[in-house]
Amino acid sequence: MATEAIAGPQDYLRDQIRWRWGEILFWFATLLPFVLAPSYLVLASQIAITALFALSLDLILGFCGIVSLGHAAYFGLGSYTAGLLSKWGWGEPLSGLLIAALAAGLFGYLTSFIVARFRHLALIMITLGLGLLLQEAANSASWLTGGSDGLQGIHTWPLLARFKFDLYGYTAYSYALAVLFVVFLGARRLIHSPFGLALRGIRENGQRMPAIGAPTHSHIRTIYTIAAAVAGLAGALLAQTTETVSLEALGFQRSADVLVMLILGGTGRLYGGLIGAAVYMIARDQFSGLNPQYWYFWIGLLLIAVVTLLPNGILGGLSLLTRRRKAAP
Amino acid sequence: MSETALAARGLHKSFGSLVVASDINIELPAGVRYALIGPNGAGKTSLINLVTGMLQPDAGQILLGDNDITALSPELRVQRGLARTFQINSLFPHLTALESVMLAVCERRGVARTWWRRLPAYRHEIDEAYDILGALALASVCHRPTRELAYGQQRLLEIALALAMRPKVLLLDEPAAGVPRDESRELFAAIAGLSRDITVLFIEHDMELVFRFASRVIVLVGGRVMVEGTPQEIAADARVRAVYLGKATGRPERPRDD
Repeated sequence: MATEAIAGPQDYLRDQIRWRWGEILFWFATLLPFVLAPSYLVLASQIAITALFALSLDLILGFCGIVSLGHAAYFGLGSYTAGLLSKWGWGEPLSGLLIAALAAGLFGYLTSFIVARFRHLALIMITLGLGLLLQEAANSASWLTGGSDGLQGIHTWPLLARFKFDLYGYTAYSYALAVLFVVFLGARRLIHSPFGLALRGIRENGQRMPAIGAPTHSHIRTIYTIAAAVAGLAGALLAQTTETVSLEALGFQRSADVLVMLILGGTGRLYGGLIGAAVYMIARDQFSGLNPQYWYFWIGLLLIAVVTLLPNGILGGLSLLTRRRKAAP
Repeated sequence: MSETALAARGLHKSFGSLVVASDINIELPAGVRYALIGPNGAGKTSLINLVTGMLQPDAGQILLGDNDITALSPELRVQRGLARTFQINSLFPHLTALESVMLAVCERRGVARTWWRRLPAYRHEIDEAYDILGALALASVCHRPTRELAYGQQRLLEIALALAMRPKVLLLDEPAAGVPRDESRELFAAIAGLSRDITVLFIEHDMELVFRFASRVIVLVGGRVMVEGTPQEIAADARVRAVYLGKATGRPERPRDD
């Protein structure tokens, strides 16, 4: 507290957004699976992809207060775009990724006009409806999507024309992790920008924003489009690394799961989605090993425990701990 | 000299049978400090809501300077220089005071859409926000989250947010609502110290403050302008005394003090 009087406002703001040791450690830790658990690289790549998806939800939920139960629509759209491109003979991963993100972003932009007009319960219903609409559209267009059989015949070309996608997931995890990291850097930059501040303003008090001259709807449309594009990236990664796309990619279950992960990890912190995805998917892996039929029981228990004991998620609990330790002499 | 900063012409608004504004005609000359008074339910806040676009009038026109702004959205009116504060604090609880004002400054300067540059790079905006806070004695708490500020400081932050819009016209809806009396004097002293380029209209119940800080007074009763004039004229007006001042001495009403 004593330092705030001394440091100028600019220095103070700079200090607020510098890289913390915990963050640097976190990113080094993401490299550990390569050495410590090479047999889990496939799982690790799934976690990285899901983490990216959760990060995209955090951009709208954590920073803008938009609760979505249909976020998988954009994930699935990215999946099908990348999958179809490959099926039609273009299996180059990076350009496929980009095109999938553009497709999901475009759909995000179109739907953002509806989304930006609603809040709270109505918003949940609208996003849920959008998700269901797209899922049924994909189901009925089975000539294109393969319907409930899933999209077959995807072949992803080697990454950068050199690294083949191997069975052990070595390339897949490297690829997914690299994309996650790059997007994370962008997202981190975004939330520390004037636009990020405006989003926090919308989350804190959207009603007040017009009185300071802020075009709230336009801000919401922008971030919703960005989040949709990132979700599309995640979906494309899944299609390219697993070489299959099923209807499950844009199903309600995926939308609900990602919301649960984000809340587990903690919203509005960027890392919440990443931690939540890791905890959730490792727990699912372990629990389903213990008891393949009832593992959701344990997930339910975990969710209730976290939400009652740590209202701001795992990260919220952690930051409370460190603050208490700092406050103690 | 008699340039008009803000005018309302034939403003009318009703909710069913409840008339909140009836044929309101006002003209605020540039630079003048106006007080808007009237009993509870007279339509004072509704008038501010109509002028700022938070309510749509059934009929009538609102002019900012020479421009008709009746059809503009609230945020566009703000960007044209018509700012307001709220009777009940409407702030950003988890943003710091500096962040809140920076947010407003960035919106005004049109940089709030930029996502690729970090906030600390916006030296101009930081300095401007810091200066606004300094002028309202909030610099020492500028890094505190808004919800941790004292109530009186939050009232000042309301004004700081409005000032960040560089307003031509500033509408203050009971700026001192809920503030202890001695503090409300300081608050009004800060308002009185604002640049004369800003035309101020404030709602206030405390007649002592009204008479001290307003150069002209508008009395609103039942959605109508009953009379408009200097504080002396208002104090001497028999009708005003009857409906408003006559109820009690000094402070006729002061709702929601806690």
